[in-house]
Amino acid sequence: MITFDHVTKRFDDGTVGVDDLTLEVPEGEVVVLVGPSGCGKTTTMRMINRMIQPTGGTLTVDGQDVMTVSPPQLRRRIGYVIQQVGLFPHRTIAENIATVPELVGWDKARTQERVKTLMATVGLPDSVANRYPHQLSGGQRQRVGVARALAVDPPIMLMDEPFGAVDPIVRSRLQDEFLRLQLQVRKTIVFVTHDIDEAIRMGDRIAILSEGGKLEQYDDPERLLADPANEFVADFLGAERGLKRLALIPVSEVSAEPGPVVSPDDDRGNAAEVARSYGTDWVVVVDEQRRLRGWVSLHELDGRIADANLRQFALSVESTDSLRAALNAMVTSRTGVAVRLSEGGLYEGIITQELVSKEIR
Amino acid sequence: MNVLGGILAWFADPTHWSGADGVPVRVAEHLGYCLLATAVATLIALPLGVILGHTGKGGSLAINVSNAGRAIPTFGIVLLAFLVAGAGLLPITVALVLLAIPPILTNTYVAVRGIDRELRDAAEGMGMYGWQVVRQLEVPMAMPLIMAGVRTSAVQVVATATLAAYVTLGGLGRYIFDGLGQRVYAEVAAGAILVAILALAVEFGLSKLQTAVTARGLRSTQRDDPLAAKATAAPA
Repeated sequence: MITFDHVTKRFDDGTVGVDDLTLEVPEGEVVVLVGPSGCGKTTTMRMINRMIQPTGGTLTVDGQDVMTVSPPQLRRRIGYVIQQVGLFPHRTIAENIATVPELVGWDKARTQERVKTLMATVGLPDSVANRYPHQLSGGQRQRVGVARALAVDPPIMLMDEPFGAVDPIVRSRLQDEFLRLQLQVRKTIVFVTHDIDEAIRMGDRIAILSEGGKLEQYDDPERLLADPANEFVADFLGAERGLKRLALIPVSEVSAEPGPVVSPDDDRGNAAEVARSYGTDWVVVVDEQRRLRGWVSLHELDGRIADANLRQFALSVESTDSLRAALNAMVTSRTGVAVRLSEGGLYEGIITQELVSKEIR
Repeated sequence: MNVLGGILAWFADPTHWSGADGVPVRVAEHLGYCLLATAVATLIALPLGVILGHTGKGGSLAINVSNAGRAIPTFGIVLLAFLVAGAGLLPITVALVLLAIPPILTNTYVAVRGIDRELRDAAEGMGMYGWQVVRQLEVPMAMPLIMAGVRTSAVQVVATATLAAYVTLGGLGRYIFDGLGQRVYAEVAAGAILVAILALAVEFGLSKLQTAVTARGLRSTQRDDPLAAKATAAPA
């Protein structure tokens, strides 16, 4: 656990980098520091391993005041990942990952074993072990940076825009892998970014800072989006706040409606009645095994449904998908609804825009 | 006899290849002075350059002072030291060391200072003490440029060590000063040619040494590798 108790950083020229910050980073959680440039988020992070010295207040790591520990000793217990990665160009990938184990005096066999394990953990092929950093892609270098920071299995990790220097596709993949990895390792992580979407995606909690290191709000992403503390936070979250929230809410949070369902054996008469009771001009066709066959418009229906030309839903959602995915399915279907299927692909019902907006209002 | 013929005849004369005034002995003496001066200069300039570069303090002052020292003619320093300390190795060594320090000092300082900030940040952030940053990051990274400085110095020292003969010592300068004294210009030219060959040989030998002491990861000559580019563009 990391605690900031009225921590202040005043630089030599008098500017205040961080102003009276009180904040708690709970064990095993990812706390994202986010804000516009100049908001002191990196300064805040770098005070934890004393790359920057706090000038006021108390900053403790696992109950110990950081000012009472020598910086190198403190830093060896804290993993450190920076945007430019900072791999040593004159050392191989394996040697780079082995840096901290060697500093703390692990023997060769243990270090080698650990390097091997870590490379697998972060998804690096064995073949890069003896390569040099300039021979790797940006994404691979970031993985090496994470592996290096994890080397002696520190309980705490500091990550300063770790995915900022790679292209969006690689970034998104690294974010997914990071979240999967975090489920296994459960580190206490302080993560700095200027990208609110990344913050929402990665953070268990988000601290929004404004210029001069003022803490504007500290909450979990869902509450932050639902209830911004002030105009600064609302502005920073952006105009698509509602959509961002939808991305955090699983489909299972809303109960699907049964929908205007008919069976392939029904005819136009039944279909028209079902549709009318739902206020639609189309029906969903589901067979006896609850398998979704498609949908059909009343205008294109005469006679038996089995003979009709059924249309397919291009997209469907499952309970674990987000409401944002459901909304996407709605706007891409002419029916204006999203169908929800079970994991086994069986029909569970429909989700309408009313259901979604009721959830976030 | 034409000049070229005279020089060839000088080299062909077997008496010039043996004895105390023979080429092998003079080359050995010459190399001895140079090795001593370059080694002493390196022992002074390298640690000083690393410390200045590491701390980032007082660097430009030290470099300017050592460069200003180069404005004093080496010949003058040799004579001055000779007058003060008398005959012996000391005058020539002092002069050559002063000549050799600036390139090594400047290159070392510039190389250590020029290491990317994020590398130092990463090194410190991982928990390295200052001396560990020096040993594990700064010196290996600066090595190509440091060695370029040593090469520049060594070649200058080889050319200038001829002055040793002026203050009663040996070395290849003997041929030049004795030849001038006796108006045997073929001997003067032979001495000069030997100095030039020795300088090239030293340059070649040190370039091999430079490759050997440069970490493998820095030996790449890729265009997008700023370090490789920096190492080849060695400032004087």
